[in-house]
Amino acid sequence: MPSRKLIIDGTEVEADDSLTLLQACEQAGAEIPRFCYHERLSIAGNCRMCLVEWVGSPKPQASCALQVRDIMPNRDGTTARIDTKSPLVKRAREGVMEFLLINHPLDCPICDQGGECDLQDQAMAYGRASFHRFNENKRAVEEKYMGPLIKTIMTRCIQCTRCVRFAVEVAGVPDLGATGRGEDMEITTYLEKAFASELSGNAVDLCPVGALTSKPFAFNARPWELRKTESIDVMDAQGCHIRLDTRGRDVMRVLPRLDEEVNEEWISDKARHACDGLRRQRLDRPYVRRNGKLVPATWDQAFAAIAERAAATMPARMAAIVGDLAAAEEIKALKDLMVSLGVSNLDCRQDGAKLRNSPRQSYLFNTTVAGVESADLLLLIGSNLRWEAPVLNARIRKTWLYGNLKIANVGTPYDLTYPVTQLGVDAGILDAIASGRHGFSQDLKDAKRPMLIIGPGALARTDGAAILRLAAQIASDTGMIGPAGSVNEGAWNGFSVLHTAASRVGALDLGFVPGNGGRDVAGILDGTAKGEIDFVYLLGADEFDISQLGKSFVVYQGTHGDAGAERADVVLPGSAYTEKEGLYVNIEGRVQRARRATFAPGEAKEDWAILRALSDALGKRLPYDDGDALRRAIIVDAPHFGNIGALPPSPAADAAIWDSIGTSGPVNHDRPLSSPISDFYLTNAIARASETMARCSRDFVTGAQKMAAE
Amino acid sequence: MLADRDRIFTNLYGLSDWTLEGARARGQWDCTNAILEKGPEAIVDVMKKSGLRGRGGAGFPTGLKWSFMPKEVKERPHYLVVNADESEPGTCKDRDIMRHDPHLLVEGCLIASFAMRAHACYIYVRGEFIRERERLQAAIDQAYEARLIGKNNVNGWDFDCYVHHGAGAYICGEETALLESLEGKKGQPRLKPPFPANMGLYGCPTTVNNVESIAVVPTIMRRGPDWFSSFGRPNNTGTKVFCISGHVNKPCNVEEEMSIPLRELIERHAGGVRGGWDNLMAVIPGGSSMPVLSKEIADTILMDFDSLVAVKSGLGTAAIVVMDKSTDIIKAFARLAYFYRHESCGQCTPCREGTGWMWRVLTRMQKGDAQTADIDLLQEVTKQIEGHTICAFGEGASWPVQGFLRHFRPEIERRIAARKNTALAQAAE
Repeated sequence: MPSRKLIIDGTEVEADDSLTLLQACEQAGAEIPRFCYHERLSIAGNCRMCLVEWVGSPKPQASCALQVRDIMPNRDGTTARIDTKSPLVKRAREGVMEFLLINHPLDCPICDQGGECDLQDQAMAYGRASFHRFNENKRAVEEKYMGPLIKTIMTRCIQCTRCVRFAVEVAGVPDLGATGRGEDMEITTYLEKAFASELSGNAVDLCPVGALTSKPFAFNARPWELRKTESIDVMDAQGCHIRLDTRGRDVMRVLPRLDEEVNEEWISDKARHACDGLRRQRLDRPYVRRNGKLVPATWDQAFAAIAERAAATMPARMAAIVGDLAAAEEIKALKDLMVSLGVSNLDCRQDGAKLRNSPRQSYLFNTTVAGVESADLLLLIGSNLRWEAPVLNARIRKTWLYGNLKIANVGTPYDLTYPVTQLGVDAGILDAIASGRHGFSQDLKDAKRPMLIIGPGALARTDGAAILRLAAQIASDTGMIGPAGSVNEGAWNGFSVLHTAASRVGALDLGFVPGNGGRDVAGILDGTAKGEIDFVYLLGADEFDISQLGKSFVVYQGTHGDAGAERADVVLPGSAYTEKEGLYVNIEGRVQRARRATFAPGEAKEDWAILRALSDALGKRLPYDDGDALRRAIIVDAPHFGNIGALPPSPAADAAIWDSIGTSGPVNHDRPLSSPISDFYLTNAIARASETMARCSRDFVTGAQKMAAE
Repeated sequence: MLADRDRIFTNLYGLSDWTLEGARARGQWDCTNAILEKGPEAIVDVMKKSGLRGRGGAGFPTGLKWSFMPKEVKERPHYLVVNADESEPGTCKDRDIMRHDPHLLVEGCLIASFAMRAHACYIYVRGEFIRERERLQAAIDQAYEARLIGKNNVNGWDFDCYVHHGAGAYICGEETALLESLEGKKGQPRLKPPFPANMGLYGCPTTVNNVESIAVVPTIMRRGPDWFSSFGRPNNTGTKVFCISGHVNKPCNVEEEMSIPLRELIERHAGGVRGGWDNLMAVIPGGSSMPVLSKEIADTILMDFDSLVAVKSGLGTAAIVVMDKSTDIIKAFARLAYFYRHESCGQCTPCREGTGWMWRVLTRMQKGDAQTADIDLLQEVTKQIEGHTICAFGEGASWPVQGFLRHFRPEIERRIAARKNTALAQAAE
């Protein structure tokens, strides 16, 4: 890559031409203050805080807006000199800082940004010390309504426009903008409408001052009194990296953590704001149903009730279903327990997705999240990415915006924030593409790195296996899986399955699927309705039609008083993802470790420990006494669990694998491929218990539907 | 004094016919194809030799600017954009050109576009110029009708000319803000580099020129660069339309030689300062953003780029605002500061916050409600704005205040003292 020499603060460095001067200075070890500049947003150059001196130029230069390639050597051929600490720069920064502060309210003691405020920090470092000479009235700006998540104190705004650029560029909703001119310029949502994006909370993180703060977190805590735990999000299956900020036993807020390969630095509003659901509707002690009512019980009483019933039931009449938020530990423990009891009616696909647990490529997002950025043609099948994986959707939007990605869709069309060519709504189109009758199959063949994403809207239906077969066929026929001899051989895999449940890939990895002759979820529910299954163990499973459980004996192990617990005969209180050490496998097949930030409430226990104790009561003691032993057992079953954070090995180009995916069969031409998610904000028990999510649902989903109906 | 035969703007006062017929009678559109036959390089060469410096305020050599355009048209088309967003207080030359001699501009657009290999030209007309826009549009329509411009025109260079009507924001006269506005976005200046010659309108190579710079092109091409450069001092050549307003007996626009003495210009063409030359207090020589001159300087100054820079001012748009001794000079500059506060686009920090601050301090000074220390404070604020902004608006807003402080500091001190004395006297009673 072309580069050129610069002398930065007296040291000669070689800087890449494509960098901005600000980045080059940072590489050379100089600290450059900034407000408007952000690595993931376009360059605005408006705060003027990053001014540096280009020796010989009459004016200081905004280093964020100047590219290294634009820095010419001096007229006499000597290397250009950049000073970041000269008196000129110091004066310029002091001047800009003074301008920023004259109309800033300086209400730091009552500002939620206090302690993590760029303006506060940089005023300390680059302002004039205890020097004040602005004797006019300060400007006041009216608050703006930006929805249930963002609180505004616009007087604090320094007009850096990061939030506007985030909304327009990353979130893809043109809801924010600046109106007015000069000192009357204001950031606004124009018509007092909410910032309608699933990623809106990130604008709060981007705001360098306290103009946009988190509404649910308002006046709750100071950043320095929070304990920080690095963890993994489970609200969708992407496995975004998060930081849990806790005080005492409460998770006060959730913030994103930087991870270039998974979530860059964004998380969805659900990941960020569902945390108040961790305090509500919690199951904090065991319950046993007596005379039709759930009554509090001790652990021993609960175990005894289960043991009594289990002993009286044939294994063929027993079943277990894993829910969406379960970690690998309890999935493994539950599977071992059930297998030791001889039960084969096991399933983790509570939505009924027609996926098998082998080969592994058949259920992974093989392209990888970061890999999306190399794709040039994307076929979406039965997916509403904006609700199923909002952060991934932002990645696709970014690739569309800055790259040359084109997107086509088969299934119900949704507003994904980028243009999508709609090919059709039903699976018949896939038939046509697979057989080459549709013009799009040629487009796929012509593309250099085509990919497809098959979502739950295509898989969780009776003809899901047939649709999966068609998708695999399209993938192998159009060069998506890097066929031998092609440029993509071994390097590209465009076949990607999208899950919505954080537990799904881990459970499939551990084989929590029907054993020999076992029933899947549909079979189990059919059995309970018909009286062929008498005993059902739900590990946090709430996302299916609970009424079908019929007269069977239901054990619910979970965290929240949701659908499953309400129907249960025995309730065992477990731990949420913030309260246990847990391994989660994301859609890419990346094993990631969630850390315990707080303890579960009341008598609730870690889930694997509950199962371990229950196994004792059932006389089938599980062979691990602590979490590490359990994790070692998991690694024996599935060695990749030992490799935390790593991607699965590069995909095989073996055609035989791709022929084995799905089952050939007729597809339903009448039913559109629609995403099963009807409300982004209420997809799991934690989110349903959250007041914030309820408010979002009302404002953005049900309210918006009502308005549309009017 | 410029002889009548050497005038370019022969219908500056609208005394004869503005239409195509009248323009042709004055020699416009005469064998334009012969000019184009010389080829783009030759035209740029003539412009360079003529020494024409941009008439919009910055005074950048026009021929040199044209030569920055790529020599070949690749996948991106070239554009000429004419800046008719004439909003600088005191300036009204482009207005009269568009009103009374629009064909000069249209013909200039054709020649300039040809020289820069552009097939399309946009003329961005200030929002308040309604009649001028109509007149200009009518002239363009006449030129289309006569097949002087348009596809397959008689001059042999396919050329379309579009008039775009702005919404009346001063900042849209800044060339990159103008391009943003032309593209339908909020009028805010762009970061440079990249410069418009490389990435301009819709990301294509673009040159932005002032109306007057373009309107003089046909005559320069016809009469030759040596004729044009025979006026004025070296590096400040040509004729120029001066706009004289304020406390003179006959405010006017007048085309004169560059480097004419200011006093001669005012006395000969504007009927002199109200109450005689000795009644003069101050002169703004080049539109409101150029620093003001005191009478001592105005006595002898020559009106061209270099001599005005030597006295820390500038020729700007050559809009001369004359202020006699009846002027409340502090109020005048407080009013100008209000203008800049009002017209700042708000994009970058120093200008957004600083223009309001300057206005407030000046407003207090006008009443005498200030401290002597505020004068130095004001000076420092202007220095903190100047050179730290994205566009030249920061300079435009701070230079007038700097010039004012340079020449009229005693007046401010006098008023502060007077107010203090009044307050003391009142307290004593």
